[in-house]
Amino acid sequence: MAAAAAISVRGLERAFDDVLAVRGVDIEVGEGEIYGFLGPNGAGKTTTVRMLTTLLLPTGGRATVAGHDVVAEARQVRASIGVALQEAALDPLMTGRELIRLQATLQGLPGAEGRRRADELLERVDLADAADRRVGAYSGGMQRRLDLAAALVHEPRVLFLDEPTTGLDPVSRKTIWEEVRALNDGGTTVFLTTQYLEEADQLADNVGIIDSGTIVAEGTPAALKAEIGAPHVRLQLEDGSIAEAEEICRGIGALLPPVDGKTVLVEVEHGAADIPRVVRALDEAGIEVGSLELVHPSLDDVFVAKTGHHLEKQKVPPASSAPANA
Amino acid sequence: MEGHSLPRSEAVGRAKGSANRVRTNARVVTALGARSIRQTFRRPQLMAPIVVFPTILLAIQTGGAGGAVELPGFPPVQSFLQFMLAGAMMQSLMLAGNSGGIALAVDIEMGFTDRLFAAPISRYAIVLGRLAGTAALGLFASLWFFAIGLVFGAEIAGGVPGALLAIALVTVTAAAVGGVGAAIALRTGSASVVQGLFPLVLVVLFLSSAFFPVELMIEPAKTIAEYNPFSFIVEGVREPIVSGVDATDTAEAVLAIAGIVVIGLGLSARALRHRLRAG
Repeated sequence: MAAAAAISVRGLERAFDDVLAVRGVDIEVGEGEIYGFLGPNGAGKTTTVRMLTTLLLPTGGRATVAGHDVVAEARQVRASIGVALQEAALDPLMTGRELIRLQATLQGLPGAEGRRRADELLERVDLADAADRRVGAYSGGMQRRLDLAAALVHEPRVLFLDEPTTGLDPVSRKTIWEEVRALNDGGTTVFLTTQYLEEADQLADNVGIIDSGTIVAEGTPAALKAEIGAPHVRLQLEDGSIAEAEEICRGIGALLPPVDGKTVLVEVEHGAADIPRVVRALDEAGIEVGSLELVHPSLDDVFVAKTGHHLEKQKVPPASSAPANA
Repeated sequence: MEGHSLPRSEAVGRAKGSANRVRTNARVVTALGARSIRQTFRRPQLMAPIVVFPTILLAIQTGGAGGAVELPGFPPVQSFLQFMLAGAMMQSLMLAGNSGGIALAVDIEMGFTDRLFAAPISRYAIVLGRLAGTAALGLFASLWFFAIGLVFGAEIAGGVPGALLAIALVTVTAAAVGGVGAAIALRTGSASVVQGLFPLVLVVLFLSSAFFPVELMIEPAKTIAEYNPFSFIVEGVREPIVSGVDATDTAEAVLAIAGIVVIGLGLSARALRHRLRAG
């Protein structure tokens, strides 16, 4: 990687009594990158973030953030990062403006500059009209936006967002995504933990998947998806000619296990470019197709392939193509 | 010697850096103190124990037991209200300390302290900010009860200097008691545990000279009250009101407060270190 590392983690560990919650995690996040950190509840995401933000001491390994060691140079790390933790930690009795101004003081901004930044940020996250209302009266989306604004008050080099959109409606989620993209366009490195695969897919340059305290996969979303296989065409047949359709499709690509008696799943190496070939072959054989859909592997497929279960922790039968924790 | 000294520019730079840090932390303590006061005034359940309950108790006691001043052995005072003012202030400041602990525990429970711990400031400034707020509430309580006393005819024997001394003692004691509340909050991280200490505060007060002269108590309460550090503080606050400033009473009160400060801050620092280590 050509860019300097904004976050570098080597063999990071954290034990709570006898339980090893994070087991030798290695992560490298380049300057200006959005890194998506995926994993189910209890996988070790938040524990890792708390160590990287100096809120928790590691029990093993080493990590640097913005070039500073998280243990030996914790104060310098804290001056370089912005943090919006899971479940926006806001005082419901404070007003939005009071919170941002307090955050500016905590970051050492002089009074006048802190007030100016507060006004600017409240405007930016569309909370200027609600700035003097108590946070307790804000909606979930407003609270998240306020939390994000507070994390940005000192223009941090690295921004940690711990599940920033959990529990938000789609509109609020989209607003947060747009803000994250805009920040990243301005050069801010973003470390984003999420349970939402779509969120990682939409935002992240690189993704790390953590399960049971261990990184089980890392790479760009596209590379991770490509790693587990080509896209496939899903054919819904109108008549009972499934055996014949399978025979024809076998000549085009590998068949995936059938899901019911009317559907054929066939891998297509060249994606959409292979669709005319499939349609032509079936048409020539006189097989009537009800519907046809090109399906790309999702990050959920990657997650299942790597961990043996869905992100929502629903166990699925062992994948035939990839063993658990591969 | 010279070989060990820092280059001048580096030494100046470090001194400036330290001065900036001190200034930033002082601003943080002030800002967090202000937040703590606002929080108390905006949350009635925190304000009620500090002002409402002690005021009601003061009214009931002076109205119902005002004749106690006629009892043989009761110290010479202008009125029972004059005698009770110090007790009401003590009750108020101790409950302010307890409320400060509850508020800190609520901050821990809702994750607000993580916001503070993730900032590039001294983590002790976070505790000191809370104590500054509690001290301000102690100041408010002393002014409130002086106002009530003056409105209802109590005389301040020590005059303005005596009143200022009493106010100073109450203010500092509030911060000292707040240190103990903060230590429990940091150690347990549970608002309900700190809230559970509420009755204990009343026990400590009733086993001191806050509401009744030690001379008229019976055993074993009398002996306990004689050695209760809060009795020394009560007397340090009461003497300037009922008879004038007394150096011995003041010195004993200051020593008792210093003891509570040492215990409160020591326990708070220890609890804070434990919390940061354990995460």
